[in-house]
Amino acid sequence: MNTKKRAIWVFGDYRNYFQNRVTLQLLAKANDLAPKISAEVCAVLFGQGLDQYVAEYIAHGAQKVYVVEHRSLKNYSVEKYAVLLERLANDYQPETILVGATSFGKEFAPRVAKRLGTGLTADCIGLKITEDGLLLQIAPSFGGNLLAEIITPNHRPQMATVRPGTFQEIPHNNELRGEVVRLPIQKDLPEDRVRLIANERQAQRDQRIEDAPVVVCGGRGMGSKKKFKKLFDLADLMGGEVGGTRPVVYAGWLDTDALVGQAGKHIKPKILLSFGISGAIQHTAATTEADFIIAVNKNPNATMMKMADVAVVADASQFCTALIKGLKARIQA
Amino acid sequence: MVSELPWDSKTGTLRRDLAEGMMNPACANALEAAFQIKRRYGGDIITITMGPPMAEEVLYEATAMGADRGVLLTDPYMAGGDTFVTSHTLARAIEKECPDFDLVLCGCHTSDSETAQVGPQLAEELDIPGVAYVEQLEINNRTVRMQRLSDNFFETLEMDLPGLVTVTTQANAPRYPSLSVLETAFGKPDISILGAADLGLEPETIGVQGSPTKILDVYSSTAKKKNLIMKGTAKKIVDEVFEKFGDRISGAIKKDLKTHYHEKKP
Ligand SMILES: Cc1cc2nc3c(=O)[nH]c(=O)nc-3n(C[C@H](O)[C@H](O)[C@H](O)COP(=O)(O)OP(=O)(O)OC[C@H]3O[C@@H](n4cnc5c(N)ncnc54)[C@H](O)[C@@H]3O)c2cc1C
Ligand SMILES: Nc1ncnc2c1ncn2[C@@H]1O[C@H](COP(=O)(O)O)[C@@H](O)[C@H]1O
Repeated sequence: MNTKKRAIWVFGDYRNYFQNRVTLQLLAKANDLAPKISAEVCAVLFGQGLDQYVAEYIAHGAQKVYVVEHRSLKNYSVEKYAVLLERLANDYQPETILVGATSFGKEFAPRVAKRLGTGLTADCIGLKITEDGLLLQIAPSFGGNLLAEIITPNHRPQMATVRPGTFQEIPHNNELRGEVVRLPIQKDLPEDRVRLIANERQAQRDQRIEDAPVVVCGGRGMGSKKKFKKLFDLADLMGGEVGGTRPVVYAGWLDTDALVGQAGKHIKPKILLSFGISGAIQHTAATTEADFIIAVNKNPNATMMKMADVAVVADASQFCTALIKGLKARIQA
Repeated sequence: MVSELPWDSKTGTLRRDLAEGMMNPACANALEAAFQIKRRYGGDIITITMGPPMAEEVLYEATAMGADRGVLLTDPYMAGGDTFVTSHTLARAIEKECPDFDLVLCGCHTSDSETAQVGPQLAEELDIPGVAYVEQLEINNRTVRMQRLSDNFFETLEMDLPGLVTVTTQANAPRYPSLSVLETAFGKPDISILGAADLGLEPETIGVQGSPTKILDVYSSTAKKKNLIMKGTAKKIVDEVFEKFGDRISGAIKKDLKTHYHEKKP
């Protein structure tokens, strides 16, 4: 029998904290799962000057935080961090490792899994514990209209990546206590064979679509870039933000950072207006927290229409024009 | 779109073959990047795909567009593999078919499963440096310089060859083979077909058997809400929306809305 306490590990991805809260969300989920297998919840952090994150993770439910701090770890490095996590996992044998599906996480986690000789499920939208105490990983598959339930029965750790916004964080609690385990950097840690030459933070937009009270989302059914532009007029009138589906981003009608869905932003507006969107799970996984959905589609049977509170059967672009007109006429000067 | 559930309950795997036969979009960008590199710096392009026999189509297509040869890895034992065994199988094929490779190009993700895991895992398997989500790359002697956007950071990175990159769909505009090119190419494409035994791979280390992850179940994900359906002219529906939900809209946009509204004739 293994006498060591079982553990669920969450990789501490802090590079875009405060905007990116995926680590806190995973800590919350880990706290939900841990009692079912009598495990402790641990965060693992690499970098330099990490005290604020250590405190933050404990206040959000980490019972233990493993920290490796060194100036050579200051910049995120896929290869170095992968070797470090591999070695730590070999030393401490966690049951499960959860990694946020940020760009970094999506490149880093597969390499860790490979080095540890274990499985990895990408972009889970649900995590549960089976009767046998295994991690049940629920992930969209086959273009998004299907969900697959996946397990890693015979390999450890069980690993999964999860998109930011999938789970809800536990509110910050200063009363919570956690153990901090500081580990020295290993002397034989190899240099990353990929060299970072330049690293420039992209400017943040003013109102973030994630926080907007009104989101106007457009899909392929808007018909053209020109017609899609109307959505911006509507959003301006409503003090909201414009988002869209992947085809629309690929077509260049909308900036990549306004993509709504599993691969983009999760939204939680008071009102979501959805124009010409079919409702694939990769998109709707990110809209479930909208309070009220008005969907416009010429096909009444589209999934998005079934998910909406109001399903408007109409041409998306024409309805947008009519709605702008109707709003302008009603807004009190 | 797949209309039939591509789930094989007997073997517990997704039947990717139902959707196969078409080049994955991001792979078309990877191939285009290869053509651009060949034009600027020279080199031979070898395309490799693992899949059912009909996956050979994409190798024909790639050869027709200018790839020098193709390698198809196909074997019933390879079917149903997760990214762990897929990257293992691809790595052994690369080592056998082109041991002196300089650069491995992958798509950043596939359109059906879109794990984006095979590229990074292949770099581990081959023990070479690797960079994912690359948008631009340049080669100088034996050094590749790459640019990408990663979590709101614009990064410029360098590595020495041999190496691996995964290419995003933003990286370039893939060319399409014209029909006449496709027809002439079908004459004598250089395509080798290999099975597990040719690569010296034991059945239990590949495909569904060798995969650490197992699929328990697959189901449709449609959620349904009791909702209000509105039909008619756009103008009529807009009026109905404001009549029924004017308060809610007014609250969300923090603006007062006129409740009794009649459109004035100009
Ligand atoms: C792993 C993975 C991740 C993905 N991540 C994302 C993601 O983050 N976000 C995302 O959005 N997608 C994502 N996708 C893609 C997703 O599966 C869908 O392909 C996409 O959401 C569909 O976009 P759409 O609804 O605009 O287009 P379509 O599915 O083509 O739907 C267009 C809709 O418009 C309607 N329509 C057509 N003409 C009109 C008209 N004149 N008036 C009104 N309605 C009309 C049609 O009836 C249809 O319902 C991902 C896919 C994969 C595989
Ligand atoms: N069966 C396969 N054969 C060849 N290349 C593959 C295969 N599966 C994945 N890849 C490569 O890995 C990339 C990412 O795939 P995925 O990890 O499945 O999203 C693809 O764009 C391909 O370049």
